[in-house]
Amino acid sequence: MSANLIEMRNISKSFGAVTALSDVTLTLPHGSVLGLVGDNAAGKSTLMKVLAGAITPDRGKILIDGAPGRYSHPIGARDAGIEMIYQDFALVPDLTVAQNIFLGREIMRSVAGVPILDRKTMSARARELFAGLGLRVPSVTLPVVALSGGQQQAVAIARATAFNARLVIMDEPTANLGAPAIEKVRETITRLKENGVAVIIISHRLEDIFAIGDAMMVMKQGRVVGTRAVDDTENAEIVEMIVTGRDPRERTAVPA
Amino acid sequence: MSDTTSTGSGAATPTRRQLIVGLVRYGMFIALALWLVAMSLASEYFLTPTNILNVMRQAAPVIIIGVGMTFVMATAGIDLSVGSTVALVSVLTAGWLALGLPAWVVLPLVLAVGAAVGMANGFIITLGVPAFVVTLAGLTSIRGFAFVYSDGYATPITDPVMIWIGRGDILGVNTPFAISIAVAVLGWFLLNRTRFGLHALATGGREEAARVMGLAINRIKILVYAMTGALAALAGIVVSARLSNGSPNSGVMLELEVIAATVLGGTSLFGGRATIAGTVVGALLIYFVRNGLNLLGVNPYWVQVVTGIILVVAVLMNTVLNQKVESWARAAGEDES
Repeated sequence: MSANLIEMRNISKSFGAVTALSDVTLTLPHGSVLGLVGDNAAGKSTLMKVLAGAITPDRGKILIDGAPGRYSHPIGARDAGIEMIYQDFALVPDLTVAQNIFLGREIMRSVAGVPILDRKTMSARARELFAGLGLRVPSVTLPVVALSGGQQQAVAIARATAFNARLVIMDEPTANLGAPAIEKVRETITRLKENGVAVIIISHRLEDIFAIGDAMMVMKQGRVVGTRAVDDTENAEIVEMIVTGRDPRERTAVPA
Repeated sequence: MSDTTSTGSGAATPTRRQLIVGLVRYGMFIALALWLVAMSLASEYFLTPTNILNVMRQAAPVIIIGVGMTFVMATAGIDLSVGSTVALVSVLTAGWLALGLPAWVVLPLVLAVGAAVGMANGFIITLGVPAFVVTLAGLTSIRGFAFVYSDGYATPITDPVMIWIGRGDILGVNTPFAISIAVAVLGWFLLNRTRFGLHALATGGREEAARVMGLAINRIKILVYAMTGALAALAGIVVSARLSNGSPNSGVMLELEVIAATVLGGTSLFGGRATIAGTVVGALLIYFVRNGLNLLGVNPYWVQVVTGIILVVAVLMNTVLNQKVESWARAAGEDES
């Protein structure tokens, strides 16, 4: 077992003439919580989509637990234990909670050699998941469209953790949520960490990362500005890095 | 969930609420039942086994294709080419049988033609052309093929297997209706109990979510159109068998009846929601209304008008009213818990 769960090395990606990521390197120890911050168009979401297999990088490589991760598809990333919770949750509104959780990874049973959906087992597993996470939904057989925003997020979190995830990536998990729901998300992230699951949070809300994170990485215009341990920095320094795109410590480190 | 709903009124209201939700959700089933009762009272010829079985035989092609259309609409697609596929299969079946090929060769062959036509539709749709345009092009060009092949002439069919498919019966039920029910049962199973049906619904419900969950969206789309093409071919066999001839004019406007039946039944045109039982009921409703009005001696032109009005009312119920009532029931339910 390598010391780090994830190492992304020298990742670059362009969309036509636009350079979305240039030479980005990210290191994530096992079971740690990393905040990924930066202005709009900093490349945070693109970097995470690369990690989640939704975008294939032009250059660079990803090591998972020291071994090169080769996948070009979200399924491949999920098989490697990397799950992403999208900002819009990526749920199908008319499908039930249980159907959404197991979408693409359904539990099947065989009747006379014909594989059919094992709805009972999936519902039971879904209920266990919610209980284990300390999250609540009215019923796992209700269509997702009938749930509140916070409950839909609970479904997305349950789906992300249903299959032995080692890393859960959350894209703006506290945007559009009320204070009690934000508290719930923080609790959930802390609980994941206690269970040895690493979490990367893309967030505009620095206070969330200061509250529950171990480290943060600042990006601007597709490059890494700098990385800090949460207990070795403060709000003002991070804001400065986000705005100026420069690491103040590197500047002072250069002998005058 | 809650311990505050122990009052008497709390028990009665949810029941009434469920009743109202049920009334709207199963509106078409109720409408069909009411129509059957009303017509039984209005006409002495209506509730006779001959008449009922006759209507079911007429509805069979629409039910058969409607099962496929339900899957297509589940993926938020549409297939306007099915009526023309019926015509193509009709002339091919008659033509190939007239060449002396046995039915056990011709029938699988024309089913494969139907599936291939559907697969081509589906493939072009996955390239990014809207389903409406692709299958509208299919509507004209496939019927064009049927005319080219037949030179515009109908060919009589005398093959005994075909005669049985068109006019025989299985355990007292005429073969066309028996075939349509078998298709509907298989379709229900496929839609509600298998991965394929679930993934079709997910694709139509929110394609982007289905994509990031790693579903093979293009494969699903091609399969639903291929399946609908094959079912249109099956309906083409049934139609030609019943009329004992293969004609390039068969199945004209059939696509619209199939779409009407599917939408009447409660399947959403926008994808994600689909019901096979609804489609069967929708098809039966269209044909029983037509039959009832005929028996009452209503001018047949009015029948078309009435069918159109029913369609609009049904869609109104299925979309606007259904949504309102369900969210109302949900909100009321949340207030109590």
